[in-house]
Amino acid sequence: MSTTTENDTGKSNSVHAGKPVTVDRYTGGARINHWITAGSLVLLALSGLSLFHPRLFFLSALFGGGQLVRAIHPWIGVVLFFSFLGLFLRFWKLNLWKREDGTWLARGRDVLTAHDERLPEIGKYNAGQKLVFWSMSILIIVLIASGVVIWDEYFAAFTTIEQKRWAVLVHSIAAILAISVWITHVYAAIWVKGTIRGMVRGSVTGGWAWRYHRKWLRELVAKPHAKDEKTTAAE
Amino acid sequence: MFPPVPNPSTGPQNPKFGENDLMRRSASSVTPPAERQTEVAKLIDVSKCIGCKACQSACIEWNDTHPEIEENTGVFENPHDLTPDMFTLMRFTEWENPETNNLEWLIRKDGCMHCEDPGCLKACPAPGAIVQYSNGIVDFVHENCIGCGYCIKGCPFNIPRISQVDHTAYKCTLCSDRIAVGQGPACAKACPTQAIVYGTKEEMKKHAEGRITDLKSRGFANAGLYDPPGVGGTHVMYVLHHADKPEIYAGLPNDPRISPIVEAWKGVTKYAGLAVMGVAAVTGFLHYMVNGPNRVTEEDEEAAERLTGDRSS
Repeated sequence: MSTTTENDTGKSNSVHAGKPVTVDRYTGGARINHWITAGSLVLLALSGLSLFHPRLFFLSALFGGGQLVRAIHPWIGVVLFFSFLGLFLRFWKLNLWKREDGTWLARGRDVLTAHDERLPEIGKYNAGQKLVFWSMSILIIVLIASGVVIWDEYFAAFTTIEQKRWAVLVHSIAAILAISVWITHVYAAIWVKGTIRGMVRGSVTGGWAWRYHRKWLRELVAKPHAKDEKTTAAE
Repeated sequence: MFPPVPNPSTGPQNPKFGENDLMRRSASSVTPPAERQTEVAKLIDVSKCIGCKACQSACIEWNDTHPEIEENTGVFENPHDLTPDMFTLMRFTEWENPETNNLEWLIRKDGCMHCEDPGCLKACPAPGAIVQYSNGIVDFVHENCIGCGYCIKGCPFNIPRISQVDHTAYKCTLCSDRIAVGQGPACAKACPTQAIVYGTKEEMKKHAEGRITDLKSRGFANAGLYDPPGVGGTHVMYVLHHADKPEIYAGLPNDPRISPIVEAWKGVTKYAGLAVMGVAAVTGFLHYMVNGPNRVTEEDEEAAERLTGDRSS
């Protein structure tokens, strides 16, 4: 548990007094990394959906037509994979499952009805965020693996047609799940006010941290004096 | 002998079928024409084939393709496989008949079977890249093709090939451009033994019957017609002397059908997938409508100020 503190914002003092108090949540690097991932995921969803259902083929016009979708989509996938890998390395430790996550999840009704006062104190990420993180991690591995199998331009010779059939089915199912997880992720950010500024400006208000991630805030407040070691993972 | 398709007049002719005769169009819904054109078919009698490859030459000539010259690896197939420049290929098999202990040299002209239920068309995501005319011809329309290779996954016979030059898929057209003006396919025209004949599907079936009777009288008890029902029948059919085991003819599928994986992908996954994503979005919207936003309160901010204030003192 105590190891998680090293992975915080990396500054010696990330809590700034004022009215309201502001708390640094994401470094510039983490934010750029996140938005490259987000942008490529949106482009992948649009181009992928254009080939998924005939009714959505019109989306291919956004990329300059079907031939270009076919050519570009896998390359955006490569960008997403490495970009997400960066996010994974930054955040995986903070997303390890903790005892309070089970409690948080069990009180799903309170979560959804915004009774955050009835929920246990939570570290930097709650169980919902952790589930988004891990399901995206798994789905992106599945997507890149199955995607390479059906990337006929370069890899056609390495697999059989039967394996490609499975790959294309797996790829589309994984993509549907990833898009659904993405919808959940975006919705949660919209619903919980004050969240988006964390990823846009890098900081949240003290009240936001108090309400949703109190354990994280307490650790930040308690930490600075003891924190001389410069952390390597500047997240 | 089967009466050859007569040479047409050299005068200009209007095509006999076109856009208005589409039964199916990939990734689009078309209203099939009220009246279906007479179904055509090509019949390949493997028992009459001498393996001369005149059909391959004629195919190259008519379609103006330029197959790459390859290394001789000591087999008769040339090129080694179907390519974007070789729409038809004689496949040679040396098969020892366990009943007679005789070596039989099986030669099968491989190429698009023009399925009545085409897997390539089912898998294709590009509107109008693959079409099926009411006479049974399945054709690729290259200006609509995006080169994704889904047709390869849909095809039960492993026929389409993607060109690395223009990134579109190629296969036998059944010489739709020749048939449209009353000529037979180039391969049938070139075949010196009439192992390849062309006509209406009914005529071809009838002709096949005669051939099968003949083969049976010569001791090929299992001679028969290959017109697989799993894909709704085909518009390229084979007369096989061992129709009970088509797989001995260089892996001709015994009971071809569109792969259930492809059916699942293009069927239930497509609709369930859209539903799942739609439900996720609608659930979010409704949740917001019912609960409203989750906001930080004044008390939260004050609590945070107290907490940080404690520390800074």
